[in-house]
Amino acid sequence: MSKVNRNQNIAFAFFSALGILTVCILLLIIAYIFVQGITKISFDFLFSNPRKMGAEGGIFPAIVGTIYLVLTTMIIAAPIGVGAAIYLNEYTSRGRITDMIRFATEALAGIPSIVFGLFGFAFFVILLKPITGGWSILSASLTGVTMVLPTIVRTAEEALKAVPDSLREGSLALGTTKWQTIKGLILPAAMPGIITGIILSIGRVIGETAAFLLTLGGSLLIPQSLFDGSRTLSLHLYMVAMETGAMDVAFGTASVLIILILLINFAASWFFRRLIKRFS
Amino acid sequence: MTVIELQRASKSEQGQGGAGDVPQIRSKNLNLFYGDFQALHDISLDVPKNQVTALIGPSGCGKSTFLRTLNRMNDLISGVSITGEVLIGGQNIYDKTVDVVELRKKIGMVFQKPNPFPMSIYDNIAYGPRAHGLKKKSRIMEIVERSLRQAALWDEVKDRLHSSAMGLSGGQQQRLCIARVLAVEPEIVLMDEPTSALDPLATLKVEELVTELKKMYTIVIVTHNMQQAARISDRTAFFLNGKIVEADETAKIFTNPKHKQTNDYISGRFG
Ligand SMILES: Nc1ncnc2c1ncn2[C@@H]1O[C@H](COP(=O)(O)OP(=O)(O)O)[C@@H](O)[C@H]1O
Ligand SMILES: [Mg+2]
Repeated sequence: MSKVNRNQNIAFAFFSALGILTVCILLLIIAYIFVQGITKISFDFLFSNPRKMGAEGGIFPAIVGTIYLVLTTMIIAAPIGVGAAIYLNEYTSRGRITDMIRFATEALAGIPSIVFGLFGFAFFVILLKPITGGWSILSASLTGVTMVLPTIVRTAEEALKAVPDSLREGSLALGTTKWQTIKGLILPAAMPGIITGIILSIGRVIGETAAFLLTLGGSLLIPQSLFDGSRTLSLHLYMVAMETGAMDVAFGTASVLIILILLINFAASWFFRRLIKRFS
Repeated sequence: MTVIELQRASKSEQGQGGAGDVPQIRSKNLNLFYGDFQALHDISLDVPKNQVTALIGPSGCGKSTFLRTLNRMNDLISGVSITGEVLIGGQNIYDKTVDVVELRKKIGMVFQKPNPFPMSIYDNIAYGPRAHGLKKKSRIMEIVERSLRQAALWDEVKDRLHSSAMGLSGGQQQRLCIARVLAVEPEIVLMDEPTSALDPLATLKVEELVTELKKMYTIVIVTHNMQQAARISDRTAFFLNGKIVEADETAKIFTNPKHKQTNDYISGRFG
C-alpha cells in the first residue's frame, strides 16, 4: 500500500469515526431523555392541569400555550415574510434597497434570541402594555415574529428563486398579469419550500425559552385570550426543573418536546423532497 | 384588433408579400437596444396572414430578440429601448395606449426549451383560459380537448390528463406548450426554435403540426435549421448582425437568393 493510499484510509477512518460519534451522542441524549421521561407520558399527563407549581400533575396548559403561541406567531409572520419575499424576488430587480433588506434579514438571523427577548420585554411587554396586556401570548408572539421573520423571508426567497424564469415567461406570454402569474403559478410551485421555512420556524418557536421567558410570563393557567400570559412546553420544562426540581415531570415534558420536534422535522424534509422532485 | 379591423387598417398599405396579401404583422424601421448595445438595426418586415414566416440566421444575429418584440416580451428585460413601429392589425403595439396583457392573449409564444408548468396536463392547458376568467368546467374541458387535438397530443395523453406534465417526454412537453398557447385562442403564434431541444422524430411531429396550424393561425418561427425553414415556411427572412439581409418567399430565398451573404449562409458557408 502506498503512503498516499494509507493516509487516505486513515483520514477516511478518522472522519467516519467522528461521524459515528456524532450520531451516537445524539442517540444517547434522545435515549437518555426517553428512558427517563417516556413512562411519564400518559393521557393524564398530557391533558390534566399541573399541581404544586408543576411538580405534579399534567402539562395541559403548556401544551395549549405552545399551540396558541405557535399559531399566533405564524399567522402574523408567514404572510409578512412571504409577502416580503415576493416583493424582493418578483417585484424588484437587485438594487441598493433590496441589498439592504437582505443584509438586514441576514444580520437579524444571527442575533442571540435573548436579545430579541430583551427587546420584546422593553417594547411589547412594558411600552405597549395597554395594547398587549404586558406578559402575554401577544407580546411573546410579536417577539417570536421578529425572531422567525428572517428565516421565513430567506427560505421563501430561495423557494421563489428556484422557480425557473422560463415559467414566468411562459405564463406572461399567455396574456396573464404579473399578479396572476405569481398567484396561479409561482407561489404554488414554490409552496413546498415556503412551507419548509414555516415548519422550521415553528420548530424554532417551540424550542425557544430565553425570549419567551421575558415576554410570555409563566402563568400555569390555561390562557383565555391573546392578552393572557402563558408558558410553552420548553418554558415549562425550564421552570419545573429550576423551581421545583421535579425531574420526572421535566423529562416527561422533554420527551413530548422531542417527539414534537422530530415530527416537525420529518414534515419539513418531506416538503423539501417534494420541492426538489417538482423541478427535476 | 380583429381581422376586419386589420384588413381595413392595412388596405391602404402596400404589402411586401405576394399580390393581394394583407400583412398581419408589419415592423417598420425597428431598432432595439440592450442598454448601449444595438441588437436590431432598422428592421422592416411584413408577415402575411395564415402563412409560416421563418426567421433564419447565425446564432446571435437577433432572431429571438426580433421575435420577442412582436409580443413585447422584451418589456421584461430592464434596459431595453426600442424605436420604430410594430403594427399588428394596423395598430402600433408600442403605442402607450396598448394593453400588453391583452396583446399577449392575441399573440402566443412557444419557447426554445419546453416549459410546462409543474402541474397536471389538464391544468397546464386550462391555465390560460382560467386566468382570463373562464370558470365553467364543461367549457374548460372542451378547450382542453380541442387544444390537445390541435396540437396532435390528445391521443397520447387523454388517459392521463390529471397526471403531471413533467412526466411527458420532451417532444410531448413541447406540443403541450403549443396546446397551452392554442387554448387562449391567439391569432398569431410565435415560435423560438421550438424543435432545437427535440429528437428528430419529435421534431418531425412539431413540423407537421406547424404546417397544419397555419390554416388557422399566422406563424412566425425562428429556426437554426435551414432544412426546417425550407420544409415548413412560406416566407423566410435572413438575419445577419441585427439586420435583415433579405426577406422573400422561401422558395426564392433557397433557390435564387439576391444577396451573396444569403447564398453563403444557406449553402452552409458560415453560421
Ligand atoms: N437580455 C440581453 N441583454 C443584453 N444583450 C442581449 C440580451 N439578449 C440578447 N442579447 C444580445 O443580442 C444579440 C441578439 O441575440 P438573440 O436575439 O438572442 O440572437 P439569436 O436568437 O439570433 O441567436 C446577441 O448579441 C446577444 O448577445
Ligand atoms: Mg435565439
